[in-house]
Amino acid sequence: MSTLTVTGLCKSYAAGVPVLDGVDLHVPSGSFTALLGPSGCGKTTLLRLIAGFDDPDDGTVVVGDRTVAGGPGRSVAARSRGIGFVPQEGGLFPHLTVAGNISFGLPRRQRREGSRVRELLGLVGLDAALADRSPHQLSGGQQQRVALARALAPAPSLVLLDEPFSSLDATLREETRLAVSAALDAIGATAVLVTHDQAEALSMADQVAVLRHGRLVQLTDPRTLYRNPQDLDVATFVGEAVVLDADVRAGTAHCALGAVPVDGSHPDGRARVLLRPEQLRLSAPGTEPGSVVARIGGVDFFGHDARVRLVLPGAGTVSARLVGADLPSTGEEVAVTVLGSAQAFPPSAADDVPHPALSA
Amino acid sequence: MLGTVVCCGVLGVGAAWLVERSSVPARRIWHVLLVAPLAVPAFVNSYAWISLLPGLDTYAGALLVVTLSYFPFVYLPVAAAFRGLDPALEDTARGLGLSTWAVFLRVQLPQLRVALLGGGLLVALHLLAEFGALQMLRYPTFTTAIYDQYRATFNGPGATMLAGVLVLLCLVLLIAEIRLRGRRGYARSGRGAPRPVRPVALRRLTAPALLALGTLVGLAVAVPLWSLGYWMARGAGSAVDWADLGSTTSTTLGLAAAAAAITTAMALPAGWLAVRARGRVATLLERSTYLGSSVPGIVVALALVTVSIRVTPWLYQTVPVLLAAYAILFLPRAIVTVRSAVEQAPPLYDDVAASLGASAPDRLRRITLPLLAPGIGAGAALVFLAVVTELTATLLLAPTGTRTLATAFWAASSAVDYGAAAPYAVIMVLLSAPATVLLSRDARRGLTT
Repeated sequence: MSTLTVTGLCKSYAAGVPVLDGVDLHVPSGSFTALLGPSGCGKTTLLRLIAGFDDPDDGTVVVGDRTVAGGPGRSVAARSRGIGFVPQEGGLFPHLTVAGNISFGLPRRQRREGSRVRELLGLVGLDAALADRSPHQLSGGQQQRVALARALAPAPSLVLLDEPFSSLDATLREETRLAVSAALDAIGATAVLVTHDQAEALSMADQVAVLRHGRLVQLTDPRTLYRNPQDLDVATFVGEAVVLDADVRAGTAHCALGAVPVDGSHPDGRARVLLRPEQLRLSAPGTEPGSVVARIGGVDFFGHDARVRLVLPGAGTVSARLVGADLPSTGEEVAVTVLGSAQAFPPSAADDVPHPALSA
Repeated sequence: MLGTVVCCGVLGVGAAWLVERSSVPARRIWHVLLVAPLAVPAFVNSYAWISLLPGLDTYAGALLVVTLSYFPFVYLPVAAAFRGLDPALEDTARGLGLSTWAVFLRVQLPQLRVALLGGGLLVALHLLAEFGALQMLRYPTFTTAIYDQYRATFNGPGATMLAGVLVLLCLVLLIAEIRLRGRRGYARSGRGAPRPVRPVALRRLTAPALLALGTLVGLAVAVPLWSLGYWMARGAGSAVDWADLGSTTSTTLGLAAAAAAITTAMALPAGWLAVRARGRVATLLERSTYLGSSVPGIVVALALVTVSIRVTPWLYQTVPVLLAAYAILFLPRAIVTVRSAVEQAPPLYDDVAASLGASAPDRLRRITLPLLAPGIGAGAALVFLAVVTELTATLLLAPTGTRTLATAFWAASSAVDYGAAAPYAVIMVLLSAPATVLLSRDARRGLTT
């Protein structure tokens, strides 16, 4: 397995409309990196440039110590890059069996032997009895796993996954994700996953690269990304957020939820602060000193937890995430306290967050 | 012409409703039987009728024969459209208190309009180009008039004039057809499995419905087949020239195979470009081939006669010119199937194969050709069968001494030697039958799957 280094990558399909605008990305050997971004941010284009299906306008792609695109000579053809590719809907060849698909990239001699196919089916957690089935006889999740096995068969130096779980329904998606993670871990693969699903990116990846409008906004590990996002846009994209106007004085933000300590150093003055809904704790009014009283605007019950909408006097609505069976009811008055610290961001002139308080 | 289109419309829609939406027994079998008339070339059908009833050479006779030959052109798209209609709409209408007849008029018919008009236009196009059937009935139309002019005066300006008007008429119809087809996409209901249709119970009307379908199929299929059988039996007495029949058949098959190979080879790049390199030029290229389907065989033949006499006299009345005519006439059929096959092989497969280390020729051999093979095969089969029953262009362009099944049949039946003509007709019908099966399946699934 190799490293992947992308430097200053640019691509535009129509003149003057860049799809990628100077993307730098480093993926260490054996790591799992997620490219996260809303649709249309250029993440699939980036994947296609790495795979060699398209050529970049500018910039280089280096796999291991070999420059495959944008180097001095011609770029290396997709077929000689040794990069495995798992497309969105699996893309299994419909005229070949599962075994035929998996062994497609193997040298002719090895294609006949069933052992490598069985080994790969086992790796992705599928029964070897599926080898003789046609792709249309498989479920969506099975198709994705076979597509991964096919990509891994020629022992590629890097595996690219293009939204491989987006066409699966929720339960199947979870199961397939686990199987794919396990298979990639087992062989220590260097993998790049494209996704627009932040939960998928945060749970599967070692590092997450957030793309926006063709630019790489932040590249870091999932926890840092969630706790210390680059800006409020990234913050609201990677998870539910409570964003409040505040006045920062000596490392403490004074906002509609009271005084909250601020992470890092932030100059005194006006700011926007970020909290996560699970940082809010509710209690009976009057029991906690320093708490703020809010009215319950509504409760969305999800089973494992619940989202409680809190109406703050003069500051709109914010969300809190509560675990447990003891949920307040709509219209009740509760005291709100904040656990941990907030992130402070400079106040923006324009409203870059649609609602002053709530973003899901 | 209007009469035929109206008759075809009524018969086609009525039969489609009975088969798709009523409780008439054995609907699967009726479906195949209603498509079956397409296996009998119109001029064979015409021969079958006129040889039995010589008094048919009137407008009514022509109307009867041509309608029986062409109503499947309306039946097929309308039946397919019926199948695509969401039965929930009909249930809703019934829930609002509409009778079966009112549901048909106010809910189903408006949704069928596009399919019905498309089928009608197809009938009209074929009518304009039809030669054999109407010549046999001695009923003068454009095509027969052009042929007579040409035979009488050899390339007189009269024939060219008439041909020009004919092409114009066909172009008008073709443009109308393309515009309709462009809108057809909106008429189709979305994906997902619609609930199964609960057929309208006919109860006491079952017998009349069966009688009507039986009469239609009887007139359109049984009469020609019976007539052919009758003349076969009669002709068998006067010793069929088996050697001649054999050589004619092999000539026809050889020509058809060559034409199928050439036409499919030409269709492949055009169909490929139309899907993979969408652009003005590719679209124009693809569309221009459709002209062939609008221009009647006689016009193409006349044009090639003129060109080959003027420019390449050494090619006049040779096989290459005949093959060129076949290619021009039947290219659209091959392109349509190749195109849909290319659409089923998205470029994604190419990318994936490349990422797995397959070189370009490797990808062509292991991915593209296997995926396209069914479409290429179906396209070639359609061209092959069309050539087997092609009459007009073959009559004008075939080298002296080269006889195909259609021209041999034509020569014999023109000499009112019905017995000698029958064996050729039987072989043509037998060869056409597989295409009909293909068509009746096509209505249910894609042609290439």
